[in-house]
Amino acid sequence: MNILLIAPIVYPLLLGILTLGVWHYRRIQMIINLVGSFGLMVIGFLLLGQVMKNGIQVSQIGNWTAPFGISIVADTFSAIMVTITGVMAFAISIYSVSSVSPRFMNREQELRRSQFAYYPLLNLMYMGINGAFITGDLFNMYVWFEVMLISSFVLLALGGDKNQIEGTFKYVTINLLSSAFFLIGVGLLYGITGTLNMADLAVKIHQVENQGLVTVIAMFFLISFGIKAAVFPLYFWLPASYHTPPISVSAIFAGMLTKVGVYSLIRVFTLIFITDVGYTHTIILWISILTMVTGVLGAASQYDSRRILSFHIISQIGYMTLGLALYTPLALAGAVFYIMHHIIVKSNLFLISGIMNRVGGSFDIRRLGSLANTYPFLAVLFLIPALSLAGIPPLSGFWSKFFVVKAGLDISENFAVFVALAVGLLTLYSMTKIWNEAFWKNRSDNAFPPMETGLFSRGNLYMTIPVIMLAIITLLIGFWPDPFYRLADQASLELMNPSMYIEAVLGGKP
Amino acid sequence: MDALLAILIGGLFAASVYMILRRSIIKLIIGLLLLGNACNLLIFTIGKTIRGKAPLIEEGAKKVTETVADPIPQALILTAIVIGFGLSAFTIVLIQQVYQSVGVDDSDKLQSTDN
Repeated sequence: MNILLIAPIVYPLLLGILTLGVWHYRRIQMIINLVGSFGLMVIGFLLLGQVMKNGIQVSQIGNWTAPFGISIVADTFSAIMVTITGVMAFAISIYSVSSVSPRFMNREQELRRSQFAYYPLLNLMYMGINGAFITGDLFNMYVWFEVMLISSFVLLALGGDKNQIEGTFKYVTINLLSSAFFLIGVGLLYGITGTLNMADLAVKIHQVENQGLVTVIAMFFLISFGIKAAVFPLYFWLPASYHTPPISVSAIFAGMLTKVGVYSLIRVFTLIFITDVGYTHTIILWISILTMVTGVLGAASQYDSRRILSFHIISQIGYMTLGLALYTPLALAGAVFYIMHHIIVKSNLFLISGIMNRVGGSFDIRRLGSLANTYPFLAVLFLIPALSLAGIPPLSGFWSKFFVVKAGLDISENFAVFVALAVGLLTLYSMTKIWNEAFWKNRSDNAFPPMETGLFSRGNLYMTIPVIMLAIITLLIGFWPDPFYRLADQASLELMNPSMYIEAVLGGKP
Repeated sequence: MDALLAILIGGLFAASVYMILRRSIIKLIIGLLLLGNACNLLIFTIGKTIRGKAPLIEEGAKKVTETVADPIPQALILTAIVIGFGLSAFTIVLIQQVYQSVGVDDSDKLQSTDN
């Protein structure tokens, strides 16, 4: 049994229990979470290092041999995702010191929130996310999804103001529906193959006589994961709920939760459902194109900074699934690269919108203004992720878009490439809109008075640190893309050759 | 038996979709509960429905000699029922909160976060 493989699941559980134990002591909870999430990041990097060094890591729970027990599998893609979860957890835990602290919140709201378990839930959610990333068993994945969902439901509703409750209601309903689809898919798949182990499924799926049925089941998975990843006709829950909770919760949701859906899509559609690529992946291609376009157009009409960013999550999801749909080694490497870049940049933008609210007094960019004058450093911090999101070279967004677009040109999917590039321009339009309204325009007199001044004042310091940290990572990916690309390339190599995964799990058996 | 279950499951799915599409929030929740039950029954039938035989391997034998129901789907359902129970409990408390804050039992009135 490899301890490092179990750690990404057990460790956040321990943190959750510890923080629950000190329920009434917010300060201790906060410190445990701060130190603990740093440990989570370290575990992620150790796991990534081990996977890079020794190849795909497998652990059989309870020593039941592969197709019978539950396997925990970390290939490069999983390890990358676990690492990013750790990085995000660390960034959010620093940010929470300021943003969820009693001194700066509406007193009543804060009291309610502190009674309930913000930190324990956060850690339990990391457990669910990590579990979904490294499990090698389809039903087990369903269970991790539920762990993640129930924590996210409560996190979204914590505080309980009207908008939050309403957003949570929509989020809960659509996710219950998606879970039902997932369960049906898992059940039917077991019915025709007699196994739930993903590696074993990848072998047995080719022996099924009625391949039409396999495609039907693939559609169940596409709908279920599509809802969670927020792709084209299934995304309306996202802009209706992601802007309602406190900004630290929004940021981690925006970064991680939809990406769990994308991860699962990529996992099942490169490992299991590759029997009729011409059909399934063409559907994904069109879904991706429509997702990119509708997401970015939705953002154009919005003025709440969080809602603009929510719509941009959707349009960016389109790029990732486009990488999956093109289904070439370069395209998948592009998709993995895109996920790495996107989680960092998008969460950072949400965190920055939280700072804009703190110093400017509103999330509505029409009410903000003159921020570039008063907070020039904040303007720089905003420009890095914003331009990166739009794909301006040499920032990280440029490389991720470049790989996907290059992959598209290689197999002459010219229309998809055209749309991807046009959407990049429209993204720039939205980012310019935030820039113009919040940073450049003169502040009107009837705007809210600023609450707290100074980015590095005692109250705001802990909000600024994670933003700087994430901006540095963005710059690193941008100016030094080589190691990140090699990681993505290795991940895509493993994804394109399912036999590597199968051999690692089943131990070379046929 | 299988035909009967198939009809039952179909009926449950139809009823749940109908209920989910209603505007009333209470009925929507009932629809989701029915949907969960329909899924569980669907998985139950996948493992074959054979009465009164335990899936135990006789001493000395390598595999089961008579036809028995597959126990794995039943284990899956058990897990799914427990998860579903927790989620339903949460959802029911949530709709009570929704009703308290909005004051109507009508999902059409829940539009303040949409625009």
